[in-house]
Amino acid sequence: MNERKIRVLIAKPGLDGHDRGAKVVARALRDAGMEVIYSGLRQTPEMIAEAALQEDVDVVGLSILSGAHMTLVPRIMELLRANHQEHVKVFVGGIIPDEDIPRLRELGVVGIYGPGTLTEQIIKDIRSQTAQNEKYLNP
Amino acid sequence: MSMVTSVREGNRLALARVLTQVENATDEGRACLNDLFPYTGNAHLIGITGSPGSGKSTLVNKLAYLFRHPPEGDRPRRVAVVAVDPTSPFSGGAILGDRIRMRDLAGDADVFIRSMATRGSLGGLAARTADVVQVFDAAGYEVIFIETVGAGQTEVDIARLAHTIIVVESPGSGDDVQAIKAGILEIADILVINKADHPMVENTERALRSIFDLALLDSSHHHPDEESLEYPSATKKGWQIPILKTIATEGVGVELVYQAVNQHAQYLKQSREWLRREQIRLQSILDTLLQHELVERWRKSTSTETYQNVLKELISRRISPYQALQILINGVTND
Repeated sequence: MNERKIRVLIAKPGLDGHDRGAKVVARALRDAGMEVIYSGLRQTPEMIAEAALQEDVDVVGLSILSGAHMTLVPRIMELLRANHQEHVKVFVGGIIPDEDIPRLRELGVVGIYGPGTLTEQIIKDIRSQTAQNEKYLNP
Repeated sequence: MSMVTSVREGNRLALARVLTQVENATDEGRACLNDLFPYTGNAHLIGITGSPGSGKSTLVNKLAYLFRHPPEGDRPRRVAVVAVDPTSPFSGGAILGDRIRMRDLAGDADVFIRSMATRGSLGGLAARTADVVQVFDAAGYEVIFIETVGAGQTEVDIARLAHTIIVVESPGSGDDVQAIKAGILEIADILVINKADHPMVENTERALRSIFDLALLDSSHHHPDEESLEYPSATKKGWQIPILKTIATEGVGVELVYQAVNQHAQYLKQSREWLRREQIRLQSILDTLLQHELVERWRKSTSTETYQNVLKELISRRISPYQALQILINGVTND
């Protein structure tokens, strides 16, 4: 039996303690048949990259409401690259001002979701992003 | 370089990917397992089970930390953790949340934590947990923790997969009649009463102690060669099950659990029980594979149409479930 599930790491980097959004998304992805690893609060970029590696996830979803996204996201992208995990799709959710969006996209973030985003949208995007992500060959 | 060589040489990315292949039961995964198997058999496999919320993950966190930072005289060991959480039977998805409690292990290159969803398996583990454990064993992890889903009374598969079973109880979960029912208490090698700062802890401890005293009386009538080959039974000569109290969140009492785990490993090796458990483990792996393979073969040999027709007959109550079975297995029709 060959079963491939989409594996997602939902992580809360930095110091904000508001995880309702992260939990809502985690739950919605679960209900969409994905396997969701939830990191818990106050993760460093290093902890997130390490979890993404050990769990061999297809997607990392970062929930940031502290305003520190322009510090945290570049660092996480850099660590994923250092671990040869360029194939991992990174999404960011939370409070992201419009003027930061182009820079985040440049860094390789494939989806940015603010308040009011429908979970269906996130599910749809993850499915299409991972479908084109032909599973990597040898490291 | 092949994936197997990379895994053996400690490449963590290669390991993570092989684990995925193995978990998904792909052909590559199977090929890797075949190549890795000769290198297995060295790790100490420690099963952790207990009801949901009893503190399994928190205890694993502190215990694994002690294996990495042992008391003086002990050598640090490489640690892997396989943490199993349930798959939703409705959506097929899962939330794997055991890592949340394992923060103390972050940033240590000699610790590897992998979360697994049960993907429809009952019994407290995933179908591929045994395979994942083999990969870690071959990759040189010396101590492998296997944390089951929150388990109650029948999730005892872990007994056939691990060398040492820690059952985690928490105060206030049922009276002494719960404790004499069949189930996970029977498979304990080490019993931990976690949340020992709870006011009910004395009652729980008393109930559990009295049960284990009964079991001890009973085991004096037992002949070792009558023991079940299906499950290793815990109460036997030479090993008295320690009942230990911990407050895992604060690390209180965890060093005693660490010592008990090491003593149990010693006991297993000296008493040849280690070999017996290895035999049970491998036999159980083989039997499970056989069952899966036979079901698969049957599925391939029977058309969906035939199956649906028999099912229709059953639902309209023209045939019984056993008659339906007869038809599907032997091709016997009852008309």
